[in-house]
Amino acid sequence: MTTVALSSIRRQRLRVPSLETVAAWLLGIVWVFPLLYALWAAFHPTEFMVRFDLLAPLTLSNFADAWAQAPFARYYLNTFALVTGIVIAQFVVCTLAGFAFARFPIPGKNVLFMLVLIQLFVFPEVLIVENYRIASSLGLVDTITGIGLPYVASALGIFLLRQTFKTIPRELEDAARIEGCGWMAVLLKVYVPLAKPTYLAYGLVSISHHWNNFLWPLVVTNSVESRPLTVGLGIFSAPETGVNWATVSAATLLSIAPLLVAFLLFQRQFVQSFLRAGIR
Amino acid sequence: MVIQSDTRRMQVYGALLLLPAAVLLATFAYLPTVATVINSLFLPGFGGAPAQFVGLENYALLFEDATFWKVARNNLIYALGTIPTSMALALGMALFVNGRLPGRSFVRMAYFTPTVLPMIAAANIWMFFYAPQIGLFNTLLGAFGIPGVNWLGDPGVALYSVIAMAVWKEAGFFMIFYLAALQSIPPELKEASDLEGTSRWSFFRRVTFPLLMPTTLFVLINALINAVRVIDHLFILTKGGPNNATNLLLYYVYENAFSFFDRTYAATITVVILVVLAAVATIKFAVLDRRTHYQ
Repeated sequence: MTTVALSSIRRQRLRVPSLETVAAWLLGIVWVFPLLYALWAAFHPTEFMVRFDLLAPLTLSNFADAWAQAPFARYYLNTFALVTGIVIAQFVVCTLAGFAFARFPIPGKNVLFMLVLIQLFVFPEVLIVENYRIASSLGLVDTITGIGLPYVASALGIFLLRQTFKTIPRELEDAARIEGCGWMAVLLKVYVPLAKPTYLAYGLVSISHHWNNFLWPLVVTNSVESRPLTVGLGIFSAPETGVNWATVSAATLLSIAPLLVAFLLFQRQFVQSFLRAGIR
Repeated sequence: MVIQSDTRRMQVYGALLLLPAAVLLATFAYLPTVATVINSLFLPGFGGAPAQFVGLENYALLFEDATFWKVARNNLIYALGTIPTSMALALGMALFVNGRLPGRSFVRMAYFTPTVLPMIAAANIWMFFYAPQIGLFNTLLGAFGIPGVNWLGDPGVALYSVIAMAVWKEAGFFMIFYLAALQSIPPELKEASDLEGTSRWSFFRRVTFPLLMPTTLFVLINALINAVRVIDHLFILTKGGPNNATNLLLYYVYENAFSFFDRTYAATITVVILVVLAAVATIKFAVLDRRTHYQ
């Protein structure tokens, strides 16, 4: 028995937190503080922005102001349509491509696959200048399709689904073929159901990414009809508009609330998804 | 013969499955990449005149552009400021929540939450901290009688304020990769080293840290990409100012393309970004993928 072990037993008995525990908690408090502060600012009148009085009156008027001053309902609708559309389209396109890469004898397959992986580094937002020109020549400027389409053929999605499909034993496929299933039926009845965890993981990552995406949507939209929440919030809260802070705070919380609540409820799934999509 | 035609059919079928992805990638990734490089060799025609081929003249202009060098330097400082700090913090956080810690799940959630916020929202919140007169930081400093700092308005400070916010946003994301890696280290190693009486620090230095190397490289690649790619917060915090003190490469592209309407110059800067990303991709494919195979 070492003195370290003894002293840790003694500490446990005395219930004195170790230095490490204190440090971990301090860092944790520093890390949530900005969010707690946003909550404080959003639910109190402006004059309590930097006055932390526990008896300060609570109010919802900041939210009412934000909701009245900018078309947040429309922004919500746009973001919702955008995210749903992207995820569905990504699932379809990436499933087909992933299946092709995993199971079909395409000539030059490895080179093609490397070409796909390039998109992991060259994102649509890096190419904003040319992508804007392409979107406008396709008549997609200021449409929700225009925001989403460059992201549909996602290298990450193709990669993850290819990896998953490759691990599925051929015997399952053969069994389905004996029952007379064609390729599409094999894909839908064997591969897709067995890849459910991958779809969940990729779907969550994609939802969070596109709920939060800003630069490309900013460039390609120019009206309330197509703007997602992030762009709406960015325009609303730009310092030069002079909107008061408590209102900006409320607007910020309004924009992040759905994703944040989903995260708090399904923390484990979120973290697992980010991990799954990250470790490649 | 039968087998051969079967293979041919599979090839055609496979190609058809790839088609939608191929068309989309060509339209929004390959075509724009090539067009960007070509555009960087032209000057725009004025008053409807066709664009004029000028060879490398845009690059000559770029290398003489003091603002470009300032922006490139900012981006380098930004990368050096955010990457090591957020990675070290991420590793520390992972070690904290991997151990026996009271309230572990709350602490882990606290670290990770900034990851799920949009950069724009995060910047809004930090704006409340940084604002010159009424911001929280200066109010707190004032309470101790310390004169306030112009966090975003002082050219010597602004970039570091932006860096601090980016570290806060990113560390928790990197933490989960370290945490997963830590949990995959066999507990027998720790037990064996405890029997040997190895100190915690030397266990970390000799066992944990080397085993985390693939994760460190993976996180580094992601951090490098983010340092070039994520500029959303600049739109709220500084707009690249004051006097370009916080301007980063991609924001400079945006300004040139959509504020100054100089598309060919924007293309030229984009090529620089593409070269940086190509370098990162090379590191990833040449080093990381080879090293991680032993796992």
